[in-house]
Amino acid sequence: MEKRVIFRGWLLPICLVAPQLIISVVFFFYPAAQAVWQSLFIPDPFGLSAQYVGLGNFEYLLSDKYYRASFVTTAVFSILVTLCSMVPALFLAVCADRLIKSSGIYRTLLIWPYAVAPAVAGVLWMFMFNTRVGIISWYLGQLGYDWNHVLNDGEAMGLVVVASAWGRISYNFLFFFAALQSVPKSVIEAGAIDGARFWRRFFDIVLPLITPTAFFLMVVNVVYSFFETFGVIHTITSGGPQQATTILVYKVFSDGFVGQDLGSSSAQSVILLVLVGALTIIQFKYVEKRVHY
Amino acid sequence: MAEAQGMVQKTGAHLWITHVLMITGVLVIFFPIWLAFVASTVTQPEIVSPPMPILPGDHFWENYKAALFSGVNVPVATMLINSLLMAIGIAIGKIIISLLSAFAIVYFRFPGRTFFFWLIFITLMLPVEVRIVPTYEVVASFGLLNSYSGLILPLIASATATFLFRQFFMTIPDELAEAARVDGAKPMRFFVDIVLPMSRTNIAALFVILFIYGWNQYLWPLLITTDPEMNTIVMGIKQMFPSGDDVAEWPVIMATSILAMIPPVIVVISMQKLFVRGLMDSEK
Repeated sequence: MEKRVIFRGWLLPICLVAPQLIISVVFFFYPAAQAVWQSLFIPDPFGLSAQYVGLGNFEYLLSDKYYRASFVTTAVFSILVTLCSMVPALFLAVCADRLIKSSGIYRTLLIWPYAVAPAVAGVLWMFMFNTRVGIISWYLGQLGYDWNHVLNDGEAMGLVVVASAWGRISYNFLFFFAALQSVPKSVIEAGAIDGARFWRRFFDIVLPLITPTAFFLMVVNVVYSFFETFGVIHTITSGGPQQATTILVYKVFSDGFVGQDLGSSSAQSVILLVLVGALTIIQFKYVEKRVHY
Repeated sequence: MAEAQGMVQKTGAHLWITHVLMITGVLVIFFPIWLAFVASTVTQPEIVSPPMPILPGDHFWENYKAALFSGVNVPVATMLINSLLMAIGIAIGKIIISLLSAFAIVYFRFPGRTFFFWLIFITLMLPVEVRIVPTYEVVASFGLLNSYSGLILPLIASATATFLFRQFFMTIPDELAEAARVDGAKPMRFFVDIVLPMSRTNIAALFVILFIYGWNQYLWPLLITTDPEMNTIVMGIKQMFPSGDDVAEWPVIMATSILAMIPPVIVVISMQKLFVRGLMDSEK
């Protein structure tokens, strides 16, 4: 799509794009190129010189059992976060869709958690499950269950998943609600006249119509769980116990800044870059399709 | 027929069940926020001897005053101001550079236009988390650690807003630009008099989204603000926890958590329509 009417001149437009161009080059392309470049070297411990190792960092990473474990952790984590944020959101959206008159109030209330930063959400959930003072862990203790996410891998994962999914429910709810509202009422009425009950109508008529939204949300939520959950993990578990909640982004941070292993951290950045690239292409392909519908 | 209508229009018992389910859902989702609020109004002893109360106490002012004016490492008021400047800086900075470059891309044909378009397209793909180490080095080499420019600039280097404005400018009728040209108006006149006023709603919607994006940043401020005076509130909360075996000052920390969520919540709730619109737009 192109404009038919345009203005003449080239100096002015170049000045107009200059600010964005300069910022992108300095804070984006140069660092990204640096990451690729550094991933080919192993710096000495004093940072004075670096030895070229080609793809050595990558080979090392792919054979490193901690890195591979981090891949599995990331996969488990993002699948769980996506499920835990989409299923309740869809359920609430279906309920809100039935309550046309009062859905506005519920919507206002449900938007709240979206505004809560992941790191703050992490603090709230960590507080409830704190082994010493947490109210939920205390009641679990009364029921005879000894909650300790500081030591238990599964409980740590469960807690970071719930804390990450919590704020996302608002987001997914808004999109599902909008999608449900746009399902033509006549189609649902036709189903009702044919005698289909509510759940039957939902699965046979409504769900297929909102599949594009669901698929879109799935991709967006996976991307979210890859990158924006750093705050949750850092506040609740710091990647522990051992490495049970060290997702890929967390490992880039902990190897690069805590472990000072710049070569490996850069190589990890490059691998992540390829992953996000693939996810973005999936997303755009899908968006393209949605536009043509 | 009567039965079918009943099902579609959702009356009677069904409606009540739905309301009950909805209210339960809202309560469950709200519980963490409620509990944080309660914790911010009681005393430390009440929290450290579980179970803590689930109704607010009467130490609201005391705790909030302690948080705002003394905090743990730095007064929370300072962190709030830092967060505010960062969030507003990111929102306004990104909107300005994106408006300008989108205008250039849509209304001009200049050398390198396609190249530039692809350059910004690529920036869509790389969140700051992926390039933190080298970006940190760049910012450090400019001496921008512990500065507002250091907090803001790397986070506005992304093209989502440019795409949004480009999309919108495409829908502005050609007749308007034609008329402006016939009248002999300069491009920037057209931009200020026609394009900007028409984009008002989009700009506002985007501002809401970007403000929250900026406010909620965690990793970047964590890396580049080593001076507590420059901490933002979202990253500062974690710094309030003692590192050793000391017991955390829960009432003050929870008061800070509540303070950290108030500005974005106010923005989202008071500009709900714009927010929802911005959300839907920016994901297209």
